[in-house]
Amino acid sequence: MTDTQIALDARAVQFYYEDPTTHERLLAIEKMDLEINVGEFVSIVGPSGCGKSTFLKIVNGLLPTYDGEISVLEPDHGRAHAMVFQDSALFPWYSIVSNVAYGLTCQGVPKKEAHARAMPFIEMVGLTGFETKYPYQLSGGMQQRANLARALTVDPEILLMDEPFAALDAQTRELMQAELLRIWHQAQKTVLFITHQIDEAIYLSDRVIVMSARPGRILADIRVDLPRPRELKIKRSPAFVALTDQIWSLITPQLHDDAPATGVAS
Amino acid sequence: MTAASTSLSRRSAPRRRPPPNWFKRHERLVFAVAGVVAFALIWEVGSRLGVINELFFSRPSAIARAGFEEVQLPRFWVDFQASATEFSVGYVIAIVSAIPLGLAAGWYRRLQYTLDPWLNFLNSLPRVALLPILIIWFGLGVESKIAVVFLGAFFSIIIPTIQGVKTTDRRLLDVANSFGASRARVFLTVVGPATVPFIITGLRLGVARALIGVVTGELFAATTGLGVMISRASASFQTDRLLFGVLIFTFTGILGVEAIRRVENYFQRWRPAKQGA
Repeated sequence: MTDTQIALDARAVQFYYEDPTTHERLLAIEKMDLEINVGEFVSIVGPSGCGKSTFLKIVNGLLPTYDGEISVLEPDHGRAHAMVFQDSALFPWYSIVSNVAYGLTCQGVPKKEAHARAMPFIEMVGLTGFETKYPYQLSGGMQQRANLARALTVDPEILLMDEPFAALDAQTRELMQAELLRIWHQAQKTVLFITHQIDEAIYLSDRVIVMSARPGRILADIRVDLPRPRELKIKRSPAFVALTDQIWSLITPQLHDDAPATGVAS
Repeated sequence: MTAASTSLSRRSAPRRRPPPNWFKRHERLVFAVAGVVAFALIWEVGSRLGVINELFFSRPSAIARAGFEEVQLPRFWVDFQASATEFSVGYVIAIVSAIPLGLAAGWYRRLQYTLDPWLNFLNSLPRVALLPILIIWFGLGVESKIAVVFLGAFFSIIIPTIQGVKTTDRRLLDVANSFGASRARVFLTVVGPATVPFIITGLRLGVARALIGVVTGELFAATTGLGVMISRASASFQTDRLLFGVLIFTFTGILGVEAIRRVENYFQRWRPAKQGA
């Protein structure tokens, strides 16, 4: 990166969550500061319920009642950001191409043109030939590919990824991680990636943000200086293992706190 | 899910099973027909042997004969037309009012709050209990029956419709909002499709309720209609004619439900095919 433009700048973001049964106001995120450069791949890890997904939803605009300030780079093309959802969240009643083109049709692009513009991204994620299939006809991994293509199609400056591989089996997850890096290189996006898997975070990222248990605070901002492109076997290198240990030692004390069983998005 | 199914080779392309033989393909129909035929045979033979009292229970061949004679009478067609009008007009009015109103009530919280007491009250009320007053209002003709059919079907359709809108998957609403969909688009692309299965359920229940409306309305007070034909046959102990009338209602119900199943299959082609549903 020659010019370090800032893609996302979050200042003192704080979020209260109201328990639906007790109507208690719970502090979910406490004074969070985060700066992400254009083109950077940043992951947030933390124990479940730490507010990492909540932070992503705030950035995406799905939770408008936060305190603090978030500025995102408004690109001269496409959208500022787009979300890759947990559990794919494809519309079961739309074919894959209609799902992938969904964001464009929301912007008023005519259906035909939207479908045409979706095609390169279907190809990029490796779903050529499955355009007219319905989501139920695809495996979990392929559904997540479509989910990713849907976000890429609106040409966002930042890709927001909410534990996209959490529901996949171990092998598929590894495969998808490698695929994501390939696509990231190809599409040249800034990525903010949420996961509870430490090795996934390290493998993918330039920086790993470690969050505390609720209320979520940033415990550490760790730079991952592993060379790119990374192969899966890098996960067994000493540098990788050292990073894993370092992050584990930060998270482990957090796990003794009571894991909140409420419906707070983890 | 196996790891193999996620590899990106083209092996997930539609796999065609070998065509099953005739029996396998029509298994469902074969067993259904066999059961009905066996039942009719036992009835017929029992009646002829005197084990089953013919006066009370008639027999399939007698019902068939009575039906054959009946359809040649002009009066039968007057009755049939009256019942058909009551059913279809009442049911169609119920559909065109309950679906939009149900969608709106599910979408606009305050409209639902306003409608809730009325829905609860009228849905708990046995609609047949309203027949006497409906007859005072609309007379003995088809109008009072249309009203009772409408009331029966309307609530069966509107209640699941509201339910469907309200239970729309939160995550899918998030997706639509995340991509900046307008309210109208959220409704058309998420809420609408998600509610279709609920509407179909309502339509199916509605057919049964509408038929109940026709029969009870006509048995209670009417001058024409298949219900009237049934009660006339009953008064003169013509069990065969009576049962023929009952069969017409039954077949109408079956046809109605089958028609709805077609509609359902069309709207739900994005679902995995249901086995033996």
